[in-house]
Amino acid sequence: MTIKGKAYIAGIYEHPTRHAPDKSTAQLHAEVAKGAIEDAGLTKADIDGYFCAGDAPGGVMNMVDYLGLKVRHLDSTDTGGCSYLIHLGHAAEAIAAGKCSIALITLAGKPRTGPMPPRAAGAESDFEAAYGATTHNAYGMCAMRHMHDYGTTSEQLAWIKVAASHHAQYNPHAMLREVVTVEDVLNSPMISDPLHRMDCCVVTDGGGALIVTTPEIAKSLKKPLVRLIGHGEATKGPRGGKDLDLTHSAGLWSGPRAFEEAGVTPKDIKYASIYDSFTITVLMQIEDLGFCRKGEGGKFVADGNLISGVGKLPFNTDGGGLCSNHPVNRGGMTKIIEAVRQLRGEAHPKVQVKNCDLAVAHGTGGLLGVRHAASTCILERA
Amino acid sequence: MMAEAKKYPAPQGNPETAPFWEAARQGKFLIKRCTACGEPHYFPRSICPFCFSDKTVWEESSGEATIYTFSLMRKSATGPYAIGYVTLKEGPSLQTNIVDCDMEKLKIGQKVKVVFKPTDGAPLPFFTPV
Repeated sequence: MTIKGKAYIAGIYEHPTRHAPDKSTAQLHAEVAKGAIEDAGLTKADIDGYFCAGDAPGGVMNMVDYLGLKVRHLDSTDTGGCSYLIHLGHAAEAIAAGKCSIALITLAGKPRTGPMPPRAAGAESDFEAAYGATTHNAYGMCAMRHMHDYGTTSEQLAWIKVAASHHAQYNPHAMLREVVTVEDVLNSPMISDPLHRMDCCVVTDGGGALIVTTPEIAKSLKKPLVRLIGHGEATKGPRGGKDLDLTHSAGLWSGPRAFEEAGVTPKDIKYASIYDSFTITVLMQIEDLGFCRKGEGGKFVADGNLISGVGKLPFNTDGGGLCSNHPVNRGGMTKIIEAVRQLRGEAHPKVQVKNCDLAVAHGTGGLLGVRHAASTCILERA
Repeated sequence: MMAEAKKYPAPQGNPETAPFWEAARQGKFLIKRCTACGEPHYFPRSICPFCFSDKTVWEESSGEATIYTFSLMRKSATGPYAIGYVTLKEGPSLQTNIVDCDMEKLKIGQKVKVVFKPTDGAPLPFFTPV
């Protein structure tokens, strides 16, 4: 059995806010749900499946009650920032199996307003918590080893931020709209070697939501048709300390699974949404997904190759997490939303990829340098 | 740059890992080895994460290791610190801090050895350049 072509993304919504001290987190979930339902041209009563992750206050039962939903399928898989890419795959499975016909996926939260609640400790806690792993240094450790093994440079990483900033200038909602140069990135303060401040994504309040449905229902609605044709998911961790390798991510496994199911290759992709928590995240994912060979990501991203209309692989044309939005410190949702905009032809004209009929949305969750998940979705204009 | 002496949280401990912390109090650094597949692992589990046998035994590590990677975390309320992974002579790699050193001079591949730092409970293992 395959999910290829069995589920369509009929509704998308990205909250325009980047700072929401005057709203509750549950309220933001409701606002993005409303936005996506209206984008699809549906009503709340149509929703019969609901997906949310650890950012949903009280969990899936409480959110269903708060939103006033009446659903027959639930999924609260939490793999950090890539949860929503996994939700999209799982929603397609549920739709293909007849468990629901119109699924809602929401993400929302306010890390810019205040600190996020701590996560429950894992079995490793006594053996790791004291060492102060944070997002910054966990990705810094990956970058340090990647530079050691492959000669990747800070200049090459900086090109990723430069490309994102070129796109963000056209996004009125982007948190950082100023176009930056390689020198700007290199001159920004060192946060956790070798990552500079501009190698890091923004911290924003906000959220986003999706409506996923059957081919029949999608075709009865008014929006351009976008369908999921391949999905993969995987996790990676130190695994008892054996064969530690921080230059690869779980994308090495989620990517090929998705491409195989879709029956396409990285060469066919017209637009890529790639999770950009840090510049190194993008570089490693580009390699792991097969857009270039391992170790050649630095050369691949340099000289504007990720800039729409300039390079070979236009990426994150909304400005991505590096410049536009990283709601709840979880970038997977906005990756899907911009890929759908591209496939619909609804991206900003300055960054819209011509004849964009095939896109990938890919993300990681957790900490790349510690333990993480990855998920890859191949999306097609139908 | 040198970091000031820092207060580290005491391990909570549990029945599965208690022998590790008991040994740490004696200044011994233990790893686990599976007697079924022969593979060592860290952090310690009762069931081997490779072959899933329950025939795992405690083994004292040499405490000798090399730096696999590190990052000098500069943005920290408690002062800068060097987080990293080291690979033990016995094989397993583990997350730690590289301490008691000039952090600006750390290098991947550098030799380090285990050193324990006190907490309000059992001491915690760290690594320092040889």
